[in-house]
Amino acid sequence: MTRRVAITGIGAVTPLGVGADALIERWSAGESGIEDGFGRCREFDPEEHLSIKAARRADRFTQLSLVACGEALSQAGWDDEPPVDPGRTGCVMGTGIGGIGTIEDQLDVLRERGAEAVSALAVPMMMANAASGVVAMRHGLKGQCYGTVSACAAGAHALGAGVRMVQHGDADACVAGGAEAGLTPLAQAAFANMGAISPSGVSRPFDARRDGFVMGEAAAALVLESEESARERGAEVLGYVTGYGATADAHHLTAPEPSGDGASRAIELALADAEVGPDGVDWVNAHGTSTTLNDASETEALKRALGERAGEIPVSSLKSAIGHTFGAAGAVEAAATALALRRGVAPPTVGWEERDESCDLDYVPGEARALEGNGRPLCAISNSFGFGGHNAVLCMEAA
Amino acid sequence: MATANKEQIEERMTEALVSFGAEKDQIKRDANWESLDVDSLDLVELAQIVEEEYGVKMKEEDMKEMKTVGDAVDFVAERAGS
Repeated sequence: MTRRVAITGIGAVTPLGVGADALIERWSAGESGIEDGFGRCREFDPEEHLSIKAARRADRFTQLSLVACGEALSQAGWDDEPPVDPGRTGCVMGTGIGGIGTIEDQLDVLRERGAEAVSALAVPMMMANAASGVVAMRHGLKGQCYGTVSACAAGAHALGAGVRMVQHGDADACVAGGAEAGLTPLAQAAFANMGAISPSGVSRPFDARRDGFVMGEAAAALVLESEESARERGAEVLGYVTGYGATADAHHLTAPEPSGDGASRAIELALADAEVGPDGVDWVNAHGTSTTLNDASETEALKRALGERAGEIPVSSLKSAIGHTFGAAGAVEAAATALALRRGVAPPTVGWEERDESCDLDYVPGEARALEGNGRPLCAISNSFGFGGHNAVLCMEAA
Repeated sequence: MATANKEQIEERMTEALVSFGAEKDQIKRDANWESLDVDSLDLVELAQIVEEEYGVKMKEEDMKEMKTVGDAVDFVAERAGS
């Protein structure tokens, strides 16, 4: 018997603003946080949120994590006194690369000023597990704590790990999510040279005109807690994570398996875990990157996993509004899914206009659409896929 | 490499410690590292600054002997030839 996993806190720092409210309000209104071809967290000033010491010892991906996790934990009731035994509270944060800004800066120092000038803080800042470690230190979380690394599926894998931890009683609560701050010269050049970045600088998931993704940065986290623990302490339940499924394509370094096999198996596993059939799915928060290959193969995967129902379920991509936030994406999208289910809306795929032969589902063009649960709580899946062939899918339910 | 007197060294170290996040008005000669929330990673950075600017090497065993701001200032001043 596994335990039901409630969401008791949601936090996010995204190109749409600082805070989970900015994310859902602005996405639901069809706004975009992309400017000049990048989804930058322009409103995020680390000095407004962190002490000098905390800020200078953290790479930007950890700074974003501290603020997103701080918001989620504060909402869940972690203020002066932790409401759950710290030894039974975990922390898992995913990232694609970790502190790439620090790596690039310190490589300049090494080349320009020599080995002796390299900062003693370089390792603790660039390590991919820094976000989880620093968040645990800040809030005194003493249960399981680690990072997940699976490119653009890392945030979803982190949440999946947190879900299992709570379901199986290894922890009573876990703050889990993802972060990425990779708008650096090396990452930009590398993604551009592999042909993944949109030359037009427009993120248009599932649209016939799509030409690649727009790079973004963000962090988001959910406080996952056993329903029992949340009820006992009177915490507000914001939603549930009811299922998790993860697979590998074992196909190609960067290209998704064209038939969508790996992705569809992950969707099926998540639905089976949640004990929900295709009829029980009201909305899909897609991975939808705006690349030719992903959006076509994801569409195939949805049709394989959901059958005839696929054509009736609204499918939205948050990346239309914030770009691709890599290791943060799965967490930002899970946060947005929980928030959208609470409001009972499917926010739009911003800017979607032209149907593509290979993308023939309902991508919620124009404006947000009200969701009907037909007498039961609304249910959605949130898809995340990463270079390397990683697939992770979460199934979520409204409170 | 700059030659410097004790006051200048103290001023430079204060500036470094403030950049690490220490409160300026608490940085005094007799202030110990703990009271300033300065840890071993900060001290390694302080040593890098001192070596680059005054050519003085602060080794790990030297740093273990330094308990206060004054100890570090005196150590550097003695070796910087001021």
